[in-house]
Amino acid sequence: MALPKYTEPHYRIWHYFYIFICSCVFFFLIAPLFVIFPLSFNAEEFLVFSEGMKRLDPEAFSLRWYHDMVYGTKNPWGLAAKNSFIIAIFATLGSVLLGTVAALGLSSRHMPYKGIIMATLISPMIVPLIISGVAIFFFMAKVGLAATHTGIVLAHIVLGTPFVVITVTATLSGFDHSVTRAASSLGSDPVNTFMKITLPLILPGVISGGLFAFVTSFDEVVVVLFLAGLDNTTIPIQMWTGLREQLSPTILAVATCLIVLSTLILVTAELLRRRSERIRGINR
Amino acid sequence: MSSETQTILTTDGIPLEESLKKAEKKNKIKAFLLVCPLLLFLIITYVFPIGDMLFRSVDDRMVTNMLPKTFKAMEQWDGKELPPEEVFEGFYLDYKKLVEEKTFGKLATQLNYEKNGFKSILKKLKRKMKKFEEGNYKEQIMSVHKRWADVEYWRALKRRAPAYSYSKYLKGVDMYENEDGKIVQVPEDRRIHKILWLRTVEVAFFVTVFCFLMAYPIAHLLATLPMKYSNLLMICVLLPFWTSLLVRTASWMILLQQQGIVNDFFVWIGLVADDNRPEMMYNKVGTYVAMTQILLPFMVLPLYSVMKTISPSLMRAGKSLGGTPFVAFWKVYFPLTIPGIGAGCLLVFILAIGYYITPALVGGASGTLISNHIAFHMKSTLDWSFASAMGLMLLSGVLAIYWVYNKLVGVDNIKLG
Repeated sequence: MALPKYTEPHYRIWHYFYIFICSCVFFFLIAPLFVIFPLSFNAEEFLVFSEGMKRLDPEAFSLRWYHDMVYGTKNPWGLAAKNSFIIAIFATLGSVLLGTVAALGLSSRHMPYKGIIMATLISPMIVPLIISGVAIFFFMAKVGLAATHTGIVLAHIVLGTPFVVITVTATLSGFDHSVTRAASSLGSDPVNTFMKITLPLILPGVISGGLFAFVTSFDEVVVVLFLAGLDNTTIPIQMWTGLREQLSPTILAVATCLIVLSTLILVTAELLRRRSERIRGINR
Repeated sequence: MSSETQTILTTDGIPLEESLKKAEKKNKIKAFLLVCPLLLFLIITYVFPIGDMLFRSVDDRMVTNMLPKTFKAMEQWDGKELPPEEVFEGFYLDYKKLVEEKTFGKLATQLNYEKNGFKSILKKLKRKMKKFEEGNYKEQIMSVHKRWADVEYWRALKRRAPAYSYSKYLKGVDMYENEDGKIVQVPEDRRIHKILWLRTVEVAFFVTVFCFLMAYPIAHLLATLPMKYSNLLMICVLLPFWTSLLVRTASWMILLQQQGIVNDFFVWIGLVADDNRPEMMYNKVGTYVAMTQILLPFMVLPLYSVMKTISPSLMRAGKSLGGTPFVAFWKVYFPLTIPGIGAGCLLVFILAIGYYITPALVGGASGTLISNHIAFHMKSTLDWSFASAMGLMLLSGVLAIYWVYNKLVGVDNIKLG
């Protein structure tokens, strides 16, 4: 954003002010995440930078909280991580399956009542989580699925499908339907056409929707708070309890791991998005 | 021309129009069948349970079924003076049955929601009742505690007689039905829900405004920078978006604590004294700061996607026609971004109004919102029908905004990264 030479001084000042404001906002967005990194390596038990850390004294840093996270006594994190992954994986599979099939129907131009049905399918994303939590809790208690993995997985499928529906319909909006017609005219049956032609083309959208569903489930705490029993504890539940009772550095170690995970997911999602745009021939 | 010559036939001899209609119908059914599994799943696990909440919020059959004889006798009572002997007798018989079935505790809890002080006199009645003699129950019950001789308590009891009532909704807006059947506000010092509603709207509104003010410049920068740089900066927006909500809230808890970095910075630049560090967490300030940062990406993304489509030549045209850069911006660029502003603001407002996690962790007592109150009634007081009523009131507000959003933006235009 270099300014042309003829720019008048007051616009020049305004321009630098604008860049300054933008930098501040970017800093505000990203800086809080980086506070967690150094503090999770704190040798002491306090959540402030110790004098040693400020002097970059190697003695002041340690991996004790990571050690505590993995080997700590009465450690809840192992079970929580296992549950979180199991629940998130099944919820993602369910959301992707239901969401993709629904998106195929929704992006057909023959779909009746498209507006109202789309609004209904997206609603779990819009309705406040606390209301979804209460409603789903009543339902699961009634059918006897409260405090079971199945109940939580079903609830997370509800919350995850809107993301899949949105990403897959977006991918399908640029879809060239003549390729499927070409396949049919060459004698391919619908299932074969879908598996061999449509699916590979929309796959980036499906996977990025799946990533959204995974993150939604993996990070979800409100609904699980209502549904979970002692055996269904998840990472977010443990973090929630920890943050409410006592903020310990072990939580920061877990948080650091989660930030690394989300960075990986972000990179994957970005690569997929670019690939999808390339496949569909959208050049920006 | 007769109509017969107009009709075009397919090779099977069926009129083309009919054949086309048939094919269209088939396609329609095919599309609908694809959507069906998800739609059915959502109706069963989501739409129906929300309907169940609606039923729960007005359902008051529990008390009605617990005291059948009392309410039968009460039908004749006008509520002006103490009820007649039949009511007392009915109540004695009903309550004796509840004590035998050991379900009287539920009644005590329910009646205590209606009027404070019911629990203790019901417990006392349970103890004394064993020695009751037959007949003249009015005298005997009234001798247990002086509140049993207070007509207010009997009126409160009568208010719980109908099987369905909207009283929970009235309670949610700090109103109640008084003795004459009129709907009035509760005394000034007890209007806690009104404060909560106003605070929720206020927080959601200001968070939306802050998000807008911060998102507009950076969305503009992202949209005008060359791809190389903007992709890098976009990561600053997307990384928080993908990071766990609890992690982000935790980092704000660390930053905003009294010995935290933000306070350190304020002391360092001499804004506050070291021994007089302001409390920035467990109040509204914490809620505002954390919620603004957390919801900011939801404002940046729609703004960015709209700004990306605005051709830079429009601004150049504006300037070349004699407008200063500010005039060109205000008259040309800004109006073109309004769809993005609408989409972003509505989305952030909808998300902010139902926020639960962040206010619960950094909000303290003065920063909690309506969602936290619903959770409190679900978990602590166990007044589930009241929680349902509050939830549905919140839901109706959210759905109204959602409807506007759908009309203006269209749900299928929501941008995710």
